[in-house]
Amino acid sequence: MTAATLPFAEPAQRLSPVTGLRNTFTLTWRSVLKIRTNMEDVVGLSLQPIMFLLLFTYVFGGAIAGGTHAYLQYALPGLLVMTVVFATLGTGLMLNQDITGGVFDRFRTLPIARWAPLGGAVLGDMVRYMISVAITLGFAMVLGFRIETNPVSAIAACLLLLTFALAMCWVSALIGMLVKTPQGVQMFGFLVMFPLVFGSSLLVPKSTMPGWLQSFVNVNPMTDLASAVRGLLVGAPVGTAALRSLLWALAIFAVFAPLAVRAYRRRA
Amino acid sequence: MTNAIEASGLVKRFGKTTALAGVDLVARPGTVLGVLGPNGAGKTTAVRILATLLKADGGQARVCGYDVGRQAHQVRQLIGLTGQYASVDEGLSGINNLIMIGRLLGQSRRGARARATELLERFDLSEAAQRPVKTYSGGMRRRLDLAASLVGNPRVLYLDEPTTGLDPRSRTDVWDMVRGLVTGGVTVLLTTQYLDEADQLANDIVVIDHGKVIATGTPDQLKDRSGGQVLEVEPASRAWLDRAAAVLGSRTGAEPTADPESGLVRVPVADATVLPMIIRDLDEAGVDLAEFTLRKASLDEVFLALTGDRAPGQDGDRAPGQERAPGQDSDRGPAGDDGPAGDPGQAGQQHDNDEIRELERSPR
Repeated sequence: MTAATLPFAEPAQRLSPVTGLRNTFTLTWRSVLKIRTNMEDVVGLSLQPIMFLLLFTYVFGGAIAGGTHAYLQYALPGLLVMTVVFATLGTGLMLNQDITGGVFDRFRTLPIARWAPLGGAVLGDMVRYMISVAITLGFAMVLGFRIETNPVSAIAACLLLLTFALAMCWVSALIGMLVKTPQGVQMFGFLVMFPLVFGSSLLVPKSTMPGWLQSFVNVNPMTDLASAVRGLLVGAPVGTAALRSLLWALAIFAVFAPLAVRAYRRRA
Repeated sequence: MTNAIEASGLVKRFGKTTALAGVDLVARPGTVLGVLGPNGAGKTTAVRILATLLKADGGQARVCGYDVGRQAHQVRQLIGLTGQYASVDEGLSGINNLIMIGRLLGQSRRGARARATELLERFDLSEAAQRPVKTYSGGMRRRLDLAASLVGNPRVLYLDEPTTGLDPRSRTDVWDMVRGLVTGGVTVLLTTQYLDEADQLANDIVVIDHGKVIATGTPDQLKDRSGGQVLEVEPASRAWLDRAAAVLGSRTGAEPTADPESGLVRVPVADATVLPMIIRDLDEAGVDLAEFTLRKASLDEVFLALTGDRAPGQDGDRAPGQERAPGQDSDRGPAGDDGPAGDPGQAGQQHDNDEIRELERSPR
């Protein structure tokens, strides 16, 4: 007697791409639900940008730009970049928790697409990034920030930020796969993100920096991204900055997404 | 009929440690196969290979005729796994955990919700359905994990120490559930450190030690193998324990064990005809008796006889009722269990070293 005569359905030979996409959307739904049920996450997600905004505007603003309003107009685009970049850390953190907590073992015994858990985590995090950007921008407007261009450029600025975040989160995902514990992910992630965020013209103009640092700032993708967002929000020249940040996003994605997927296959 | 599980010559190495050194297993459809073994014997490694979570370094395994390596996708449609560490999402509510799995298995929105509600009801979790799992107690988590492995009506269910850490009532509930599933045609592979559990549930038993199968058979066959019967004598006074032990020893020719705590002397009996002589000798030695019992050897005794010194769970690192949350892996003692159980990567490596120590420690 063969397996076919058992009173159970015959298993399918292989997985269709449509099923793979459906798996991904189910897991995206899961990530989004977790934002809602996890209050700490929501509080952290909203308070961190607000804290940075207040700190930089009122502590450093006067010293750097001679006035808080002038500084807010300069620094907010940079703060938006910082917010999404730090928010990408959450992707690696969640993947790492999934692995150490055993949820991935459950996924791996299910007949689903291998890449669906990774895809679902990344897509779900896009929602988190949107929340971060909305909170930061909204609160900055309460503090007196004014969009000096038009709504279309403002939306373009947000889309540019999200595109870049979509690329950066693969760096975070890779860290999440390679590092052993969630705490390690946080540590290591900050080690990578801090120099990128602060070694740029995000928060201060580069003219006061020593020459060697200026050359780093010039090649730092964050600088391009901040210039582009600044241009789109307050009307400074956008120039090639927008195009360059898109190319950067593409390059980061092309390098780190395959690396993360490979590390994921190896570990999960 | 195709066997539900069929493994032959499974080999798995972690670095220098050999977790499985050629294991053969067969589970007939609609039966319970009990896999017994001391901590670190390789039980979990075997389960993880059969559940497509690990690749074997050698040997072959088939589930309902499908190769676990080359036809993993088919195998995954047939199996359910409840591991030692609950693999549920802490950040989701109980019901959403189950709905998520149902949806991943292709159930409709409504179907997944109905199935989730039904399973929560069955596992006595209805009241906690909307609460995030991180607020659950250890026992509730385990029950949810069991429910999660049943969402897709698996044909083959792996239960890796499913009742470790459960209170006696929940344990009997799990046993009833297993019996119910088997009646419905499901094949269950059960690893356990509780021998009474294997005795209660398993149709066949495989005993693994040091990555090798050291005995197979039905519970009764195994009990018969180790001398069959045990005589238990309780003298009316503890002062007579030694005298009673001497009599039992000289008449049976076996080494009796005297337990001052319970006041019992035990000795395996190969030939029941010595019993009248033992009673007479005890009487002559002036030992009054409170109890005189001849019974079948328990699986514990079989186990001790087979593995030499270590019965499962005797390494003292995991008492019943002790809960273990994921992420606490570092305190898994030297005899945690079986190679990289819940945690791939580094933590598993740590484990292997522990396993080596364990191998060195135990006399063969």
